[in-house]
Amino acid sequence: MNLPILSLVTFVPLFGALAILAMPKAQSARWIALGTTIVVFALSLVMWAGFDNANPGFQMVEKANWLGGGISYHMGVDGISMLFVVLTAGLMPFCIAASWESVETRVAEYMISFLVLETMMIGVFCALDLVLFYVLFEAGLIPMFLIIGIWGGKRRVYASFKFFLYTFIGSVLMLLAIMSMYWYAGTTDIAVLLNGVHFPRAMQTWLWLAFFASFAVKMPMWPVHTWLPDAHVEAPTAGSVILAGILLKMGGYGFLRFSLPMFPSATEMFAPLVFTMSIVAIIYTSLVALAQEDMKKLIAYSSVAHMGFVTLGIFTLTHQGVEGGIFQMLSHGVVSGALFLCVGVVYDRMHTREIAAYGGLVSRMPLYGACFMVFTLANVGMPGTSGFIGEFLTMLGAYLHNTWLAIFSATGVILSAAYALFLYRRIIFGSLVKPSLQTIQDLNAREIALLAPLVVITIALGFYPKPVTDVTTPAVAKLIADNKTGLAMDHAKVVAELHKGAGR
Amino acid sequence: MYSLIVFLPVLGSVIAGLFGRIIGNRVCELVTTGCLFAAAALSGVAFYDVAIQGHSYIISVLPWIHSGAFAVDWTVRIDTITAVMLVVVTGVSSLVHLYSIGYMNEDPHRPRFFSYLSLFTFAMLMLVTANNFLQLFFGWEGVGLASYLLIGFWYTRSSANAAAMKAFIVNRVGDFGFALGIFGIWAVFGTLDFDAVFAAAPHFVGNSFEFAGHHVDILTTLCLLLFVGAMGKSAQLGLHTWLPDAMEGPTPVSALIHAATMVTAGVFLVCRCSPIFQLSPVALEFVTFIGATTAFFAASVGLFQNDIKRVIAYSTCSQLGYMFVAAGVSAYNAAMFHLFTHAFFKALLFLSAGAVIHSMHHEQDMRKMGGLASAIPFTWAMMLIGNLALTGVGIPYLGVGLAGFYSKDAIINSTFAAHSGIGSYAFALLIVSAGMTSFYSWRQFLMTFHGRYRGADMVPHEVHHGELHDEPLRGEEDTGHSQVHQHHLPKLEEVHESPLVMLVPLGLLALGALFAGAAFFHFFVGEGAHEFWRASVFVGHGEEGELPVWVELAPLTVTIIGFLIACYYYILHPSLPKKLADRQGMLYLFLFNKWYFDELYDFLFVRPALKLGRFLWKRGDGTVIDGLGPDGIASRVLDTARGAVRLQTGYIYHYALAMLLGVVALVTWFKISGGAL
Repeated sequence: MNLPILSLVTFVPLFGALAILAMPKAQSARWIALGTTIVVFALSLVMWAGFDNANPGFQMVEKANWLGGGISYHMGVDGISMLFVVLTAGLMPFCIAASWESVETRVAEYMISFLVLETMMIGVFCALDLVLFYVLFEAGLIPMFLIIGIWGGKRRVYASFKFFLYTFIGSVLMLLAIMSMYWYAGTTDIAVLLNGVHFPRAMQTWLWLAFFASFAVKMPMWPVHTWLPDAHVEAPTAGSVILAGILLKMGGYGFLRFSLPMFPSATEMFAPLVFTMSIVAIIYTSLVALAQEDMKKLIAYSSVAHMGFVTLGIFTLTHQGVEGGIFQMLSHGVVSGALFLCVGVVYDRMHTREIAAYGGLVSRMPLYGACFMVFTLANVGMPGTSGFIGEFLTMLGAYLHNTWLAIFSATGVILSAAYALFLYRRIIFGSLVKPSLQTIQDLNAREIALLAPLVVITIALGFYPKPVTDVTTPAVAKLIADNKTGLAMDHAKVVAELHKGAGR
Repeated sequence: MYSLIVFLPVLGSVIAGLFGRIIGNRVCELVTTGCLFAAAALSGVAFYDVAIQGHSYIISVLPWIHSGAFAVDWTVRIDTITAVMLVVVTGVSSLVHLYSIGYMNEDPHRPRFFSYLSLFTFAMLMLVTANNFLQLFFGWEGVGLASYLLIGFWYTRSSANAAAMKAFIVNRVGDFGFALGIFGIWAVFGTLDFDAVFAAAPHFVGNSFEFAGHHVDILTTLCLLLFVGAMGKSAQLGLHTWLPDAMEGPTPVSALIHAATMVTAGVFLVCRCSPIFQLSPVALEFVTFIGATTAFFAASVGLFQNDIKRVIAYSTCSQLGYMFVAAGVSAYNAAMFHLFTHAFFKALLFLSAGAVIHSMHHEQDMRKMGGLASAIPFTWAMMLIGNLALTGVGIPYLGVGLAGFYSKDAIINSTFAAHSGIGSYAFALLIVSAGMTSFYSWRQFLMTFHGRYRGADMVPHEVHHGELHDEPLRGEEDTGHSQVHQHHLPKLEEVHESPLVMLVPLGLLALGALFAGAAFFHFFVGEGAHEFWRASVFVGHGEEGELPVWVELAPLTVTIIGFLIACYYYILHPSLPKKLADRQGMLYLFLFNKWYFDELYDFLFVRPALKLGRFLWKRGDGTVIDGLGPDGIASRVLDTARGAVRLQTGYIYHYALAMLLGVVALVTWFKISGGAL
């Protein structure tokens, strides 16, 4: 098949954005955006259909000369990145539909921002060139920054700058790392770097740290997570969905694509640091979530805790841990996105996110209560939902690495039940006594159409996760093998140097 | 075909849950109840086929989690222990469904109720038919979820919501151990399938592995971790606090979930894993210790409860302790036997209590009952049978008695026959508990059905501290909290027997309570035990020899003593208990307040967690991280921010232009530098 499917998936949204520029009326902008994102989603499914599960390498590769000097327009997906593309494309129509009525000002600009953002995000997962990756990775910040800064809440400026500040500092360090990788290897081609280039141990250490600075912020890992709750609180609903659903995953993807296979010795060296930060994230942010009074903040903190499971699993370098980490990211993309949509549903009606302003909603909103329940359960890792698979596998991986890790992270599972059910109880259960809630309406057709597919996906993946694991398994096996090979080479070098030293 | 047993209930649940509002209440009830009766009939067939005829089945359904070497599938496994559980679960569940048609008659949310009940049954069946630890865990969590939903069924009540949350979270603490146990099993054995694990276990006897920084015995550690899970689900001492509160749920739920089936899942787990537990004497001693202590503790708390359901709840807790003791002294078949008979008479007791509550217009406080025997004689008879079965009335040596007589005595005898220190400890506590069981059972019976009717004394109803609130008048629950407590108790002449649809299940369960012990003694613990259980449960060779006469007679003796004390206080001198209660003796308060477990946990865990959360949020995130990080730079950022505010008054073209310029600048720079960065 000669169809440049990855370029299509990546750049079709830009064409949608251009079309909106041409027809900037609010209603037409909405329809164009929705149509474009649905087309992109369909294209991403075509890509999935054409994906060869048995092949652990990059597929659907496109390569063209771009900037010269070894920097090329190189696109491709493997079992690790492919599903993130599908997730991004899949969440986008939900974001557009969720903004249908709630965004009333500058609709065209809003839709353009989202479409540009989609291009950037999909591009990040497809890029097989460091420069291309970096440009898209950073450029993705701009539309997100605008979405929070323009269509956000009262403290949107503070939030968007906090967001920008954190991520920007990380990016600068990553840029330096990319430059030095280029100087060392003479290429920025990721496929080449993965298979043919081996960085010296000392260099690995600081390259790892530079990449870590960027990815840890994106993830976000404790203690650089404080931008996330503020960003979520101020972002419009769809912004939160993208933030939690996709942008956070870029950090985890970065670890998988770069840190683990390219810097194996540094990964081994820093793994205890990552574990500590992950465990602290899981327990600390779960406790903090317990004390929240704002719905979005609570879910934001729970996201940090869930991302703690991801980093925990990934750095165990066990098959189950890494695959569980990927699955957890995909599942969290759906579940946290859905939870933010749920918050958006009541926010659109009551214009407050304060938990205390609600209570007893199930009396008037039984459908809403049911949907919220499914996502709450997925959030606490109930078996039979997608949330369980990732959490279970990462903790199994953690156990295989060190039992303490499993013990601590299992504590987080108890706490997650506490904060999630506490939230649910305060919002959904109880008597409906507040006068302002007496006339609140249950989900309308648009909202049902939004939430129902997510409910189905959450449960279906919980019972039958094989479509996902079939894709990821070979790539994960290769990733771990690459890491082990690299590590062995590093060890061999160290031994050789020791011998040299002894011979002298 | 046997897969249908599992999937019929979920079919009913989905139909009632999704289409309840379209097809109407009555259809929902009929569909779910019909599915359950069909499943029960199939379970009967399965029981005959598997347990009596000696077949066994492992049916693959669907692959589940495959990750590298890790592979777990959805499977339906039916061997003897499963067949026993199938009969218990579908039998009691179908009767409870039927009963609920009458009991929930006025509730506006019946489709939801029946959907939850069937969902519970599905999860419980997944649990008992699991062929690997992970599917068992799925069922385990699933029943926990259904229990959470059903405890909180009357969601307008704050106390019900709190109880539901408590049940879920306390169970999660148990699951913490269970999950670690599963990880450990996979790490050690490389599989989670029962047969493979059980076959490999003997090779690991005496081996140790590293767990939490210590070198510990593999099998003991794994068994203890699994047992922590069992303690949570089966409400054993330490993790029992959720069970009494769970009585906030509708009474049929208490009968099905919190008496007959779900809470016995822990016992099932230990019996299912008997091939491993049998290899770890330390773990078995611990199981015995916890079981015996719980049996004693719960019975002691049950002595002075005034809520008719709470008495039975503590009784359940106590009887579960008996079952664990049996497992702990390697009499797994006796544990399963007691589980089996207990399901009948405890469901009978709960549903009878429900019938009393129904007749009393949703009053649960026994202090306002009394003398009901003449008004509701059928319910009286059913409760009598239940109590006789629970207290294990029967004639030693002749072997004639009710269900509890066979199973409970089998347990007490096996503790004596164990001839070990822990066995003697258990024997002593179980004998004392049997006496207390008799006292609280007859106390409850006499307070409810005999003496003077006290319903007219205290109108309107007052709420007592530390007591359960009544079940609300169905149909009025949406009108808010305040009206719930202002209902009037019926006059004695107005107390009527419940409808037939509720009485029929009572009658059927009573048959079980009367005859299940005698009918199945031979198979479960008698001479046919080896042939009956085959490999599904470890069965000892159990030649206990002749037990001393006093051991044979002790249970009956203490039962009679308990009965006599109850008669003395509640028939001969009915004013005495109130005087004792008013004096507020230390022991009375200690028992009445349930050994202060709730207060202790609140002090140790609940409040510190909330406080710590607040502290970390305000101080940790706020002062430290943000203070050193972004806010520290904020002063410099602020100027930029002001600029940004101005910018935002402009149009998006500015941004688009800025982005475009940025991209152009970037590309140009790359081009000029020739890609050399």
